[in-house]
Amino acid sequence: MSLSPQDVERIAKLARIRVNGDEVMAYQSQLNNIFGLIEAMQAVDTAGIAPMSHAQDLFQRLRPDVVTEPNRRDAFQAVAPQTENGLYLVPKVIE
Amino acid sequence: MQWETVIGLEVHTQLTTQSKIFSGASIAFGAEPNTQACQVDIALPGVLPVLNKGAVERGIRFGLAIGAKLNRINSFDRKNYFYPDLPKGYQISQFALPIVEGGELTVQVGSGSDLYEKTIHITRAHLEEDAGKSLHEDFHGSTGIDLNRAGTPLLEIVSEPDMRSAKEAVAYAKALHTLVTWIGTCDGNMQEGSFRVDANVSVRPVGQKEFGTRREIKNLNSFRFLEQAINYEIRWQIEQIEDGHKIQQATVLFDPDTGETRAMRSKEDAHDYRYFPDPDLLPVQLDEDWIEQVRASLPELPQQKQARYQSEWNLSAYDAATLTGSRELADYFEAVVAGLAKPDAKLAANWVMGDLSATLNKENLDVAASRISAAQLAGLLARIQDGTLSGKLAKQVFEAMWAGEGNADAIIESKGLKQVSDSGEIERIIDEVMAANAKSVEEFRSGKEKAFNALVGQVMKASKGKANPQQVNDLLRQKLNA
Repeated sequence: MSLSPQDVERIAKLARIRVNGDEVMAYQSQLNNIFGLIEAMQAVDTAGIAPMSHAQDLFQRLRPDVVTEPNRRDAFQAVAPQTENGLYLVPKVIE
Repeated sequence: MQWETVIGLEVHTQLTTQSKIFSGASIAFGAEPNTQACQVDIALPGVLPVLNKGAVERGIRFGLAIGAKLNRINSFDRKNYFYPDLPKGYQISQFALPIVEGGELTVQVGSGSDLYEKTIHITRAHLEEDAGKSLHEDFHGSTGIDLNRAGTPLLEIVSEPDMRSAKEAVAYAKALHTLVTWIGTCDGNMQEGSFRVDANVSVRPVGQKEFGTRREIKNLNSFRFLEQAINYEIRWQIEQIEDGHKIQQATVLFDPDTGETRAMRSKEDAHDYRYFPDPDLLPVQLDEDWIEQVRASLPELPQQKQARYQSEWNLSAYDAATLTGSRELADYFEAVVAGLAKPDAKLAANWVMGDLSATLNKENLDVAASRISAAQLAGLLARIQDGTLSGKLAKQVFEAMWAGEGNADAIIESKGLKQVSDSGEIERIIDEVMAANAKSVEEFRSGKEKAFNALVGQVMKASKGKANPQQVNDLLRQKLNA
């Protein structure tokens, strides 16, 4: 599989990353190199091996269901660009 | 052309934990904005999610209750989208390996002679975090964000496209609502958004194998809206197709004011979620001991109770379903039966579904808030069983009990409501009534059966409603035919 410049532009758009023409070419080549690596790995016979969902061979530790976090709104909102009535304000979003 | 509707539901149930799924912030409803949104919930750099054991436990509980497969190893993925109500830029959900797969729920649809059973298959149920809330009004062109709800644990329950009408969809949604509140994984509060339904609706010509193109109605928070929205959507889709248009896959919202659905304006890439395993979370392992502990803590389930009511107590399928409409109601009903020396489930069912439910409805009360306890109702029914009370007198006692005038026996005593079953006494009253109503007596003897009822009425009236109606019937007929 190899990506076209249009694929790279679409991926950048989905990730909200602004890229210019030269960067598209650079990313295209770098991403295609990664796909080359994946293709090489896909040649390995993995029949009968359960897919891993994490690189570490461990299971998730679970937290007891207890409320431990106090209200620290003032501290968090002190570093927020804009707040009002306890709300964080962001540029208008509407469906 | 004849059309068939195909419906599948996705139900978001908010779990009854104390804290969030990946942080120790509270999920209590109604707090001041952002006072329950900690550094993990607002996605400050460097924070890590830590999974709440209580959320996983509720996932196991639900899976066991629907006879599903529990994935002994399940995992979390990132669902990527940019919206300020989830400041991370992704929602943590379960995509590849959900905690619950398969399972089913058998529901009753309709009532009376139209009643039928239908089994709805469940595809999967997965754990995920809820998003915050956006407030679009009154912020000088900005949007206000409250992240208190961000990170609240949800179990999303996805059904197969097994439903064929709005009625079936509502029956399934109600049965699911009963189940999750019954087993305590969700409080079921629809006003507060604890139980939200998305309906995938499509139509196809009867006999066609392939499904039609579906549209998804989002965020229905009442059973009435669910039914209205689906029925509107079905009519709309059929009209479109009959007018020669094609249905475009879309997400739509239901407007309760107009009763119509309308497509949301959404960006072309909105559904490219690019799921991938969340590297911040290790896979979750469910060990057998834990599963068995959860299984042992499950109460008898609505369907099990329904089967038992029918086989042990000979109740109808409809009665059994009605009495298991909530765990509180079933517990109440069983306590009434248990309170009777001579158990008579049919009598108890009639009173619980009749006078008690009617009175609760009238006063808009839940059975848990009933002013008559199960033991008190059993005390009343015992007096019907031993002939002390007729049905009519029992209703008077019921009303007095509801008004707080004490137990059945005390009310019978103080109001003198004891049914008269002494045949000498009843015969005396009948003689008086026959003497005073010679005309009716003549009419009856000349063949007018109607006159009999008039005489019975007079006897009951003369006894102030206390004469045993069966004895009045028998004795009056004997005397008239003498």
